[in-house]
Amino acid sequence: MLPDVKVFSLLSIGRHPQSGRARRAEQDARAVELGLTLVGRDLNLVHAGSAQQDDSVLRQYAGMGLPALTLLEQEENADILPSLAKFLQNNQAGIVLMGVRAESGESSGMLPYLLAEKLGWPIVSRIADIVDIKEGVADVLLALPRGQRRAVQVALPFIATLDNAASAPRQTAYGSGLRAKIEVVSSESTVDDLTLNWQVSPAKPRPKRMKVVKAKTAADRFKAATAKLAGGGGQVLKEGTPAEKAQAIFDLLLEEKVIR
Amino acid sequence: MILDWLLPTLILTLLVLAGIGAVRRMNMWRAGQAEKVDIIAGLLAMPKRYLHDLHHVVERDKYMSRTHVATGGGFVLAMALVILVHLIGIESKVLSWMLLGALSMMFCGAVFVFKRRRNPPSRLSKGPWMRLPKNLLIFSVTFFVLTLPAAGVLPASFTLGVMGQWFLTLVLSALVLMSLSEMLFGMTWGGPMKHAFAGALHLAFHRRPERFGGGRSTGLKPVDLEDNALASGKVLGVAKPSDFKWNQLLGFDACVQCGRCEAMCPAFAAGQPLNPKKLIQDMVVGFAGGTDEHYAGSRYPDKAVEGKAVGEAKGGVDHIITDGLINPETLWSCTTCRACVEECPMMIEHVDAIVDMRRFLTLEKGETPNKGAEILDNIIATDNPNGYAPASRTHWAADQNLNLMKDVKKAEVLFWVSDGAFDMRSQRILRSFVTLLKAANVDVAILGDEERDSGDVARRLGDDATFQSLAKRNLATLGQYEFKTLVTTDPHAFHCLKNEYGDFGSDALEGVDVLHHTTFLNQLIKAGRLQVEGFKGGKVTYHDPCYLGRYNGEYEAPRELLASLGIEIEEMERSGYRSRCCGGGGGAPITDIPGERRIADMRMEDVVSTGAEMVAVGCQQCTAMLEGVVEPRPVVKDIAEILASQLIEVHS
Repeated sequence: MLPDVKVFSLLSIGRHPQSGRARRAEQDARAVELGLTLVGRDLNLVHAGSAQQDDSVLRQYAGMGLPALTLLEQEENADILPSLAKFLQNNQAGIVLMGVRAESGESSGMLPYLLAEKLGWPIVSRIADIVDIKEGVADVLLALPRGQRRAVQVALPFIATLDNAASAPRQTAYGSGLRAKIEVVSSESTVDDLTLNWQVSPAKPRPKRMKVVKAKTAADRFKAATAKLAGGGGQVLKEGTPAEKAQAIFDLLLEEKVIR
Repeated sequence: MILDWLLPTLILTLLVLAGIGAVRRMNMWRAGQAEKVDIIAGLLAMPKRYLHDLHHVVERDKYMSRTHVATGGGFVLAMALVILVHLIGIESKVLSWMLLGALSMMFCGAVFVFKRRRNPPSRLSKGPWMRLPKNLLIFSVTFFVLTLPAAGVLPASFTLGVMGQWFLTLVLSALVLMSLSEMLFGMTWGGPMKHAFAGALHLAFHRRPERFGGGRSTGLKPVDLEDNALASGKVLGVAKPSDFKWNQLLGFDACVQCGRCEAMCPAFAAGQPLNPKKLIQDMVVGFAGGTDEHYAGSRYPDKAVEGKAVGEAKGGVDHIITDGLINPETLWSCTTCRACVEECPMMIEHVDAIVDMRRFLTLEKGETPNKGAEILDNIIATDNPNGYAPASRTHWAADQNLNLMKDVKKAEVLFWVSDGAFDMRSQRILRSFVTLLKAANVDVAILGDEERDSGDVARRLGDDATFQSLAKRNLATLGQYEFKTLVTTDPHAFHCLKNEYGDFGSDALEGVDVLHHTTFLNQLIKAGRLQVEGFKGGKVTYHDPCYLGRYNGEYEAPRELLASLGIEIEEMERSGYRSRCCGGGGGAPITDIPGERRIADMRMEDVVSTGAEMVAVGCQQCTAMLEGVVEPRPVVKDIAEILASQLIEVHS
C-alpha cells in the first residue's frame, strides 16, 4: 500500500441492539479494521461528538491497535457535518471510511452522502474491501447480495461506507485502549436547528406482512431466505451515447418524483 | 594423609560455590515484581509446611514418600554432620556414629530411587535426573567409608602401602568431588537438586500461604487496574518473565519434574498442546535465559507445536514469553481445572501463571482465540456471554412465581440464578431446584434482571477488567438487599462469589453464607425439610465439578444427598480431589484449541467404565459438556433434578 495516502476512519458510538448499551458500532469497527489492514498504525481515527461523554467506547476503537485518536469536540445537538468536512479537507484525507449508518442518533445514513457532496468527492457505498491503490486510483470491491462482489475503480480522494460483508473487526485490547491518547480538537459547532424541535419517542413495531415462501425445493427456500431485495424493475443501458443515458436516468428520477 | 586437608578443602570450596550459586539464583528471582511476604514467619513455618503439607501430597504415592523421607532426610542430616565432622573436624564418636546412621538411611532411600529410575514412567523427566540416584549412592557410600576411621571402626594401625594410599585418596577424592558437585553445586546452579533449595524457599515464601495447614486459597488475584499502574509503563498481565511476582519465579524453580501434573492434566491427555510440567520448565528457561535444550521430559503433545525441536524454544527474563518460548495455544488449552495444582508436591501454582499470561494476550494484545473476542464483547455489552437481551434474563421463571429482590428487599435465601437462565437445558436444573426450595418452604428471592454474569468466563479468558467491572456492579446490587444465605446451582459463579468477590472492598457478602445448591439441599434434607423417596433407577456415578471440589473442597454434600436417596455411588477411578475435568472450565469450550480427543469424551469413558446408567453432576457446565458426548451414553442429570424427581409432595 502507498504510505502517502492518508486514511481516516470515522467513528460513532454504537448501540447494542439487545441491551441498548454503548459499544463499538459494527460497521465503523469494520472501517477501522479495513484502515488498519491498509495503512496499519498510520490510520487516523476521528470521532465528532461531545467530549464529556464516557470515553470507554472510543478507547475500544483505539484498543484495536492505535496509539491515538482525534476527538472533534462538538456541542450536544450540533450538526457535525461542517466541522467534519473542514477537518478532513484540512488534513488532506485520501480515503475516508465509515459505516453505512450510525447505530444511534438520527441514524439516517445521510452523513457519507452529505460529506461527499460538501467535499465534492466521489462516494462508494457498501464496500467489502479495498484491494489496491495505485497512482491515485483505488480498486474497490462493492458488496452485493449473496456474496457477490463488483470491482470498481475510484479516484482518490473518496468516501467509502463499509458493508457488513467487510472483514470483521479485530478484538480490542483493553490495556492499549486505556493508554491511547485522545487528542481533543476544539472546533466550531453548528447548531442543528431542525433537530432542536424534534420530539423523540421510542419506535413502535408495526405489523408486518408475513413472508410466505412458495418454494418447492430446499434450494429455493434457501435462496429466498438469503437473498437481499434485488430491485425488480430497472433496465441496463448499454447502447447509446452518454447524453442519452443521462437523459434516461433524468427521466426516471422525474418519474419517481425524486426531482421535480 | 592428604585427605585430612583435601576433604575439608573440597567441602568448603563446594559450599562456597553453592553459596555463590544461591545468591545468583536469588537475584534471578528478584527480577520478578515485588510482593509482600512475611520473610521471618515464612522461614519459621517452612519445616512444618514441608513435613505436613508437602508430605501430605507426596504421601499419595507411598513408595515415593518413604523413599524421599529416607533419602532427603538422610541427606540433610548427613550433610549437617559432614560439616561438623569433616569440615570443622569435631572429634566425637557419637557424631560420627550418627553420621554413619544418616548415611545408611540415605543409602537405603537412594537404592529405591535407583530402582525406580531403572524403568521410569513416562511422566518422569530423564536427562540429568537419571544420574541423580547414582550420585546419591556415591555420596552415601563415599562418606560412609570416609567416616569409618573417625568412628573408630578402622583400627589406627590399618595401613596400606604408599601406592595403595595414593590410589585410595585419588578415588575417594574423585567420588567426593562427583557427589558433592551434584549435591551442593548442582543445588544452586540448576541441577536436579535445585528442587531442594528452591523448594524449601518456595514453601517459606509461597504466594498463597493460606494453603498450608489444611486451608484453601483458589481465587485468582486481581490485576491492578489503577491509573498509576498503567502510567508507569507496565503492562496488564504477564508479558515477560520479569512481570511475574518474584515468588512466582521462585515457585517455578521448585519443580522436581515428577510429572504428576502431566499425568493428571486433561488437556495433555486429550492431545492438546499443553503439558503443565513443560510449561513450568519453560518458565524457568524464561527467567534464567537460554533455550529448552536441557529439558528431558515429555513435550507439548500437539504435532504443530511439537514440530519445534528441543532447544528451539528461547527465552530471556525480558523477552515476551509468547514470542518464541511458548505458543499461545498452550496457554489457551488449560481448562483451569486445578488438577495439576492439587497434585503438585511442590505446591506450584500453574493456573495462576497461565491466567497471568492470558491476561496479557487478552488485555494488551487483543488475541483471545476463536470465539473469545465475541464472547467478551457480548459480556461487556449485555452482561451475558451470548448477547441475549438483559431484559430477558428472567423469562425462564415466568411460571415459577419467584419473588424478586427488587420487590421484597429482604429474604432468607437469595438464589443466584447465573447465566444458566438463558440456556434451556440449564433451565431444567433451575426449575428442579426451585421445586425443591418450594417444597421445603424456603423464603427465597432472585435478583431477576438485576443479576449479571458472575465474570467467571471473562476472568479465565484473561479479561480481568470486565470481571472487575461485573464484580463491582454485582456487589453494588447485592448490597442493596438483605439475605443470610446465597445459593447458586453454578459452581463457577459460586467460586467467584465466594472466593473472588472479596477483593473489591464491598461488605455486601459479609456475614452471608455463600453456598452451592448441593450443600444447601443437604442441609434441608438433614433438617428434615425435604421428604424424598428412594431411587430405583440403576447404577449411578457422580462427577465432581472442579469448581466445586478442588476449588471449594465440597466433596461430601453431593455424595450425602445421593446417599439420602439410597444411591450407592459407583465411584470413578478419578473422583474426589482427583476428578477429571469435563473440559468446560476456563473458557476452554470458547477458545476451543484442537486436540486428538475431546476431554468430555474421555470423562464419559470414565463414567461408562463404572457401568453406571446415570451420571449425577452438580454443574450446568459439566451437564452441557457431558451431554455433548454422542449417544449411546449414560444419562446426565444434575443432583437437583434427581432429587426433584424423587420428591414426596406433602400437601398441607
